[in-house]
Amino acid sequence: MSKILSVGIDIGTTTTQVIFSRITIDNTASYFTVPRISVLDKEIIYQSPVFFTPLKQQVFIDGDKVREIVAAEFQKAGFTPSQVDTGAVIITGEAARKENSKTVLDTLSDFAGDFVVSTAGPDLESVISGKGSGAYQYSIDNLCTVVNLDIGGGTTNIALFDSGKVTAKTCYDIGGRLIRLDSAGTIQYIAPSAQLIADKIGVKVAVGSQGSEAELSKITDAMADILAQSVGLKEFTPLAEAVRTRTSSKDMLRQPIERICFSGGVADCVKSTSDDLFAFGDIGILLGRSIRSNPYFAKARQIEASQTIRATVVGAGTYTMNLSGSTIYYSRGIFPLKNTPVYKLPAEVEDAIFKGDAEPLMEGLKWFISQASSSQIILAVKGPHNPTFQTLELAAGCLIKSADAVLPPEAPLIVISEEDIAKALGIAMSNASDKKRKIASIDSVSVEDGDYLDIGSPLMDGLVVPVIVKTLLFG
Amino acid sequence: MDREELVALITEEVIAQLKKAGWKAPEKPVPPPFAPQEKPEKKELPPDFDIASEEVKKIPLLENPIDPTELAHMKKRTTARIGVGKCGARLNTQTMLTLRADHAKARDAVMKDVDENLLKSMNLFSVKTQCDTKDIFITRPDLGRKLSEEGVATLKEKCAKNPDVQIYAADGLSSTAINANLDKIMPVLMKGLESKGLTVGTPFFMKYGRVAAEDQVAEIVGAKVVCVLIGERPGLATSESMSAYIVYNAHVGIPESKRTVVSNIHKDGLSAVEAGAYIVEVIEKILAAKASGVDLVK
Repeated sequence: MSKILSVGIDIGTTTTQVIFSRITIDNTASYFTVPRISVLDKEIIYQSPVFFTPLKQQVFIDGDKVREIVAAEFQKAGFTPSQVDTGAVIITGEAARKENSKTVLDTLSDFAGDFVVSTAGPDLESVISGKGSGAYQYSIDNLCTVVNLDIGGGTTNIALFDSGKVTAKTCYDIGGRLIRLDSAGTIQYIAPSAQLIADKIGVKVAVGSQGSEAELSKITDAMADILAQSVGLKEFTPLAEAVRTRTSSKDMLRQPIERICFSGGVADCVKSTSDDLFAFGDIGILLGRSIRSNPYFAKARQIEASQTIRATVVGAGTYTMNLSGSTIYYSRGIFPLKNTPVYKLPAEVEDAIFKGDAEPLMEGLKWFISQASSSQIILAVKGPHNPTFQTLELAAGCLIKSADAVLPPEAPLIVISEEDIAKALGIAMSNASDKKRKIASIDSVSVEDGDYLDIGSPLMDGLVVPVIVKTLLFG
Repeated sequence: MDREELVALITEEVIAQLKKAGWKAPEKPVPPPFAPQEKPEKKELPPDFDIASEEVKKIPLLENPIDPTELAHMKKRTTARIGVGKCGARLNTQTMLTLRADHAKARDAVMKDVDENLLKSMNLFSVKTQCDTKDIFITRPDLGRKLSEEGVATLKEKCAKNPDVQIYAADGLSSTAINANLDKIMPVLMKGLESKGLTVGTPFFMKYGRVAAEDQVAEIVGAKVVCVLIGERPGLATSESMSAYIVYNAHVGIPESKRTVVSNIHKDGLSAVEAGAYIVEVIEKILAAKASGVDLVK
């Protein structure tokens, strides 16, 4: 049994939070079968208060202040950065689009320990928050489809889970702090998407003018309506497309959705019936009320989120790490690896190598290396089901041949397969290279073209490696 | 008139009678807000379909399930015969026949012999235990653990002596398992062990062999580690499952607890190549620890 300390740091449009969790992994297979290492328990051992994200002049995140918050939380939790095994620092929502978000991540990187991912991107956030909210687990436990809407200050992250599989993810520029007011009710800030919605429905709002409940709730009603459209409760309109977060995947929610789950700060406002509509100096409470009274959402079957405002940070701290399969192959000293780009072999290239033709792979690899400007890469294949060893030897020969032709001799050849073939493929590759090149072959990890991977040091006597799949937007 | 029409007719009549008695219909339930659940398409099966095939078993026989999607989910999670419906208090004919077909497969796995052509193509010579027929093999487990005199002589003559590892296959209780997996697992085992710098003895096939015969094999060839690939007793889910029993420093009479087992090797369990690669590592560990079975901390 191993215990892993994981940290989650979430810097959102509105709030910044830190959590520490303890992840327990162990071999759950019986004595008579191959080991199967799985996560047994995830326990949150410390959670910070919810801080307002320190900003400078609305467009910059105050990196130094964020750093202070994080440093203080480490101290309060009683951990040092070197004790942390895994986790994620993520800048989410509108905050990720602030001009200096990359610099802020850099200033935090030394809190990240040896193996912490710093990442952002609306699609990944959707998945992370959906896992943190409990929607993911619910879909596994009840074998159904659950859509999670994480409604934060600047964005709504949407992920659809079908029995534990992510089948769609998207994001909309809709949130509780898109319009902010001072204590006198004067509008201080209007985000572009809020302005767009207001213009479209003919409501006049302007910075410096007085915000009225009647007018602002027209806007939040429209926002709730767009969210209903986004999950397929209502016909999709061009306005919804206009406020979809540009870097997110396009509406893919075509499956029938059986349950709906709300998380994020606004989820609390959906339930609350507070009289003070502008208690937070924004439209969050109004938006919550609009969702509550939206007739389309009212008809849907809703489930309670296990985390609301903390869903993203909990997801970041406890769900970003995956374990590889338990029969893998690797040369000593090859891990950890960070930020390694994935080249997913196109189907025809994969077919070719399993038939012993290395040409297409060589071409593809050359192209990818020139694009990626990195000689450290990971090749991803699906792999055949229940193959013969001869088939794997053919593929191994092609992989080694291509690597020798394209990669420098010191660069390791790392292959990730979906089918459970990694150990046999590793032996075949090692034989094919005459043990000259460092090799790793890992399975049971599903990756996409354009993903980046962090692979941590082996755990459980080297049986498995932790893998974090991410989509980097910066750099 | 089919079943659905009949149900509709009865329902209508019952409601009519109830209304007469002064009963009021409840409000219509709110329809689901999303696209209605699609009924899984009824696939037309070819006239000569195999009722024991995976494809046919996936189709639920239960008529008019309340939640077909959920039933499909449940069926995906198990090979148990759920969602098969019934006829009165009994199984449907098809379910009954499938059950018997699966049972027949299991019996075949036990009673049939391993394909001679497969053994020939893999250059494996055969030896026999003291069982002369399948019936003796089944009824006399003790004889299946002892090589025939001829078998002993053949091993002495043909096998390389004192290897680090001796690998061989035995039919055990499923020849089907050997037919399905042996040619997939042997190459990776042999090459994997050789690439670790280990000497591997001459592989062969043992007919009517039980696990403990490997102890005698170890004594005859003088192998440090002996590993038998043997057909597992088939069940109604699969008859293709193979196991590897690996033991360090074996001798006749060694306790069963000294054996390390890798089981469930078949296309829907642990695939044969991956099992081979894993066994290579297990054998390496056993040699390093000079122990197997419960003495070896996995």
